[in-house]
Amino acid sequence: MKPAAFDYIRADSADEAVALLAEYGDDARVLAGGQSLMAVLNMRLAQPKALIDIHRASDLNRIEDDGALRVRAAATQAALMRYAGLEHKAPLLAQALPHLGHFQTRNRGTVCGSVAHADPSAELPLCLATLDGEVVLRSKRGRRSLKARMFFTGMLQTAREPDELIEEVRFPRLSTGERQGFVEVSMRHGDFAIVALAAVVSREAVRLGVGGVADRPTVAHWPRLEGAALDDALNQLAWELGAQDDHHASAVYRRHLVRTLGRQLISRLLREQDA
Amino acid sequence: MRVRRRPAPGIDCKPPSSGSRLVSIGSDASVSPGATGWTGQPFERREDAALLTGTGRFADDLGVRPGTLHAAFVRSPHAHARARAIDVSAALAVPGVRTVLTGEDIRRWAAPFVVGVKAPMEHWCLAVDKVRYAGEPVALVVAGNRYLAEDAADLVRVDYEPLPVAVEIAQAVAEGAALLHEAVGSNVVSDRSFVYGDPDRAFAAATHRVRLDVRYPRNSCTPIECFVAVAEHLAGGEGYDVLSNFMGPFSLQAVMALALKVPSSKLRLRSPRDSGGSFGVKQAIFPYVVALCLASRKAGAPVKWVEDRLEHLSAATSATGRASSVEAAVDAHGRILALDYDQIDDVGGYLRAPEPATFYRMHGCLTGAYDIPSLRVRNRVVVTNKTPAGLVRGFGGPQVYFALERVVHEIARRLQLDPLDVFRRNFIPRAAFPYRAAAGALIDSGDYHGALELAVRDGALEELRTRRAQARAQGRLYGIGFAAIVEPSISNMGYITTVLTPEARARAGAKNGAIATATVSIDLLGGVAVTVASVPQGQGHATVLSQVVADVFGLHPDDIAVNVELDTQKDAWSVASGNYSSRFAGAVAGTAHLAAMRLRHRVAAIAAAQLNCAPADVVFAGGKLHSRAAPDRALHFARVASGPHWAPALLPEGQVPGLRETAFWTPEQLAAPDAQDRINTSAAYGFAFDICALEIDRATGSVRIDRYVTAHDAGRLLNPALADGQIRGGFAQALGAALMEDFAYSTDGAFLSGTFADYLVPTAAEVPEPMILHIETPSPFTPLGAKGLGEGNSMSTPVCIANALADALGPEVAAEAIALPMTPSKILALIGMADPPPAKPPTAASAQAPKSGGRALAMSGAVELKAPPQAVFDVLLDPAALAAVIPGCHALSAIGEHRYSADVTLGIGPVRARYRAEVALSEIVAPRTLRLAGCGTGALGSAEGSGRVTLSPAGSGTRLEYEYEVSVGGKVAAVGGRMLEGAARIVLGQLFERLDRRALLGTDAAPAESAWKRWLHRLGITQ
Repeated sequence: MKPAAFDYIRADSADEAVALLAEYGDDARVLAGGQSLMAVLNMRLAQPKALIDIHRASDLNRIEDDGALRVRAAATQAALMRYAGLEHKAPLLAQALPHLGHFQTRNRGTVCGSVAHADPSAELPLCLATLDGEVVLRSKRGRRSLKARMFFTGMLQTAREPDELIEEVRFPRLSTGERQGFVEVSMRHGDFAIVALAAVVSREAVRLGVGGVADRPTVAHWPRLEGAALDDALNQLAWELGAQDDHHASAVYRRHLVRTLGRQLISRLLREQDA
Repeated sequence: MRVRRRPAPGIDCKPPSSGSRLVSIGSDASVSPGATGWTGQPFERREDAALLTGTGRFADDLGVRPGTLHAAFVRSPHAHARARAIDVSAALAVPGVRTVLTGEDIRRWAAPFVVGVKAPMEHWCLAVDKVRYAGEPVALVVAGNRYLAEDAADLVRVDYEPLPVAVEIAQAVAEGAALLHEAVGSNVVSDRSFVYGDPDRAFAAATHRVRLDVRYPRNSCTPIECFVAVAEHLAGGEGYDVLSNFMGPFSLQAVMALALKVPSSKLRLRSPRDSGGSFGVKQAIFPYVVALCLASRKAGAPVKWVEDRLEHLSAATSATGRASSVEAAVDAHGRILALDYDQIDDVGGYLRAPEPATFYRMHGCLTGAYDIPSLRVRNRVVVTNKTPAGLVRGFGGPQVYFALERVVHEIARRLQLDPLDVFRRNFIPRAAFPYRAAAGALIDSGDYHGALELAVRDGALEELRTRRAQARAQGRLYGIGFAAIVEPSISNMGYITTVLTPEARARAGAKNGAIATATVSIDLLGGVAVTVASVPQGQGHATVLSQVVADVFGLHPDDIAVNVELDTQKDAWSVASGNYSSRFAGAVAGTAHLAAMRLRHRVAAIAAAQLNCAPADVVFAGGKLHSRAAPDRALHFARVASGPHWAPALLPEGQVPGLRETAFWTPEQLAAPDAQDRINTSAAYGFAFDICALEIDRATGSVRIDRYVTAHDAGRLLNPALADGQIRGGFAQALGAALMEDFAYSTDGAFLSGTFADYLVPTAAEVPEPMILHIETPSPFTPLGAKGLGEGNSMSTPVCIANALADALGPEVAAEAIALPMTPSKILALIGMADPPPAKPPTAASAQAPKSGGRALAMSGAVELKAPPQAVFDVLLDPAALAAVIPGCHALSAIGEHRYSADVTLGIGPVRARYRAEVALSEIVAPRTLRLAGCGTGALGSAEGSGRVTLSPAGSGTRLEYEYEVSVGGKVAAVGGRMLEGAARIVLGQLFERLDRRALLGTDAAPAESAWKRWLHRLGITQ
């Protein structure tokens, strides 16, 4: 479990990182917190020629609020978790982050790194998709911004081009009258989810994001549903996700969790909103 | 009998006051010797200062001689294959690589390991002809550092011919099963039956017969530190010197020496002071030690190897999997008259020593804590295409008690008795000890009824029963389970010969006993030092030894130097040395006491001359010696004890110089198996009685342990704080075995649990604090009255939790459905989940769910292509076009009609797997159908697949239907199990996209963006 040889290059700014990506393209991997990448390297599942380490790039190490929460590429999950007022600005994130690994991994792991890795069971991609957030990609060719649903294209697959850096992700702030909630079932505290659910309930509509079942976070958009209509919608969603058996959980179990926990979560948020 | 009780912080319970003595345990520096001395006090661990300041001396920290090289193993990606050829030339060409050791070297220099049964099986330290489990070592690369060694290991080319597999027990014993060891003629390598008492009569007379078929899974105890060894081939025929974290049993030193074909005196094994845990598993390093010795011989330099986690999980060892049928003959009152066991052990690809000991360690006490006069047993040992099994904490106990205690639970349920009454009516009575069990165990001491009553009272069982009643009234799933187990310690080195018939045993020569050794010496300034051959793995042996020896000399434990490193060329050791079968407290600490007592007699004789009293009247206390008659006239211990070094001429008559005593002790009760196959398998037998109360969440199937009570009787406790530490650790691991841990294999034998994200071990967040209770009924057979207790919860907790789950789930759930590990998904399947069909058919993505029960991956589906069938078919038959269609294909060349070799890189996200592949087309019916088959191997493992493609016209394009099966082995399967299904879909999506694009090159239509978005959508690649 030792990585194959690679060049290590430290980028001290976003400009430098983008210039290096233009030079190396698919031969390079961006190293931020390394919580997914280092394991993949050590097991030699990936053998890039170069690592571009951005974790000391001072202009990438910020979280800003300009109406959306803008989390820059090198900002850690721990930094987001302790961001002042997070529970008011993005309660979904405040609820989801404690489920994300352990405090040790959150101290190193970055928000953008988790989004870049696009693990179908990871919490942050699910939150980004459910909140209808955006990913800002930057290359020497310029900047572009993609909605999460356009960014996540499959299991570990994203729309990022090889020369692009995820410069930041943007989580929309909680709107007036909105309620957000998160629930997850995993085998142990901090594990990847067997099923994770994120919900946003407004006066008019319900959004339910599901992680851990399909090959990417999947978000259903519904009007405010209750009773049998909600059950029917959840059942259809549970089937659409194409759940699979693995040695931790069956497909039936995953569908069951989507239905039962989805109903519990949405009903709770609707109740809270009415109260 | 002394009673100790500890409150359990963190558990919501208030045990009623019991009147029993509360002992405060903790890091209290003011601990002082009790009435009986330091022994029995919760003395703080002397090992911890070094460990907590980062100055521990672990095997990997010790530094090596300059010039030491590093090893990496090449391992089989296949569960079963013939290794036809091996090409190491590319590996040798890597700069910094010294040599590559292969099966050819092994055949030349080594011998196969001796096997515990009479069957023509060969197990070598590297595969020499066939591989029999995924992860089996086939070659070893030696290089200047581990990075280079791994670079080169990736370049070793092994030509495998995959063979049919026998992965599960049922498959391995079936008619026509793939044979692992052809010369044996069967995968059943041992089959023995035993009868004790008169089981036929008991079953005929029984009012009830209660029978259960159960399985015990493969799991392990995963120490933080994996295997480490540094081996050196010594010049001048001096043999081999090995520093490793091998933990014993040192009977295996002989096994290693025989394999290396050196006199055993020339295989020097050394152990470091500290260990990152073993729990039995480091026994299994021994084949690697042999391989590393030979690698050093070939390389001409010392060779070091540090096992990594993937190697450890996939190929180190495992608890033995077992399928048991157990039946009890029961009278109308719930008395068990006889037991009938039919047990099959899954030992993996090889019967590696000390297997089949999983069976025979427990053989003498198969009747558990019960007075059951008759017993019938059939033991079959089966080889399968899995990692060889071996010692794992509890060794044999978890397997036996999971069957026995589930049956006891069933007896109570079927006879509608309080489970406590079944225990009370069947326990070995207090007055019956020492008690000879039906199969030969001489159970030394105990008070099983007393321990049960203590657990019921201090564990507040009545309160738990009230909670259960309240919970059930609200429709919640709350259950209470029990387990009673006898915990053997200090294994009889002769028990393994029970596998032989009495005649074969007579021919082989008797084996018995369990020799422990200890040396105590006094130095120039009267300092006392202790060495033992116990090879501790973190339990705190040095602390306990200092307490025991301090008491003998009237000193403080801090005055005693303890060295627990072992060197087989310099220290006293024997066949039973090492750290297993919970033998430290009963055997090793007792032997240290015996050695110290001998030395004390000698010091007493010297002091007696100076104190003018009889040696028997010399009192050792407070660092001084005095005559019983004149306590005021005291001599310093150090002054008296150092005298013989400085002035040997002044020694009293009959005393020789040199104050050093080595004691060898073996329990005299440990005889060889008798002619009726009765065997006293262990010297001491402790006891544990557990109560588990838990609740199942109906929504998710997750389990919350409300309270766990574990009452132990391990004889005299030498250090209660360390005892509780052992119980907590054993409980945590057993909780994992009950609810999470399982080495998963696919049906084709690929190993699927290669990381701690796949093999789930409970963390502090998942482990509640158990309530620990003790009673102490000293063993009459061990020097200090102590017994082992480190393995009890590995035996009691999995089945106690299973019984609680069975109680919570109620009688509607079949007893046999309780199968470890009880994951939330399994539990909810037993409760029943409504799975209403969808109102409208889901899109294609979800229609492709894999077929269960087939190969690792099997899927089917359909896509619509724009190109017409003939154009698509032409692409498939044209090598150049095919090369462009296969995702990641670098080069493709024909090696026969419709057969090609290709170099393919498959990529998913950051992962890139490069395979040398062979692709073949068959069953060709143009332009309608063909079969596309391929197999490939690469550094990340192997992949093999076959699929049928059927084309039919659909408008101007083609409807392509496919079904395929893929099996993936090696590293990708071991670490990427969660992702394989999705990865296969992605690759397939890429294949069809390229196929259509290529087919359209010859037609007018060009693929519109939306068209192939649509195919991908149908494949589930996008949504």
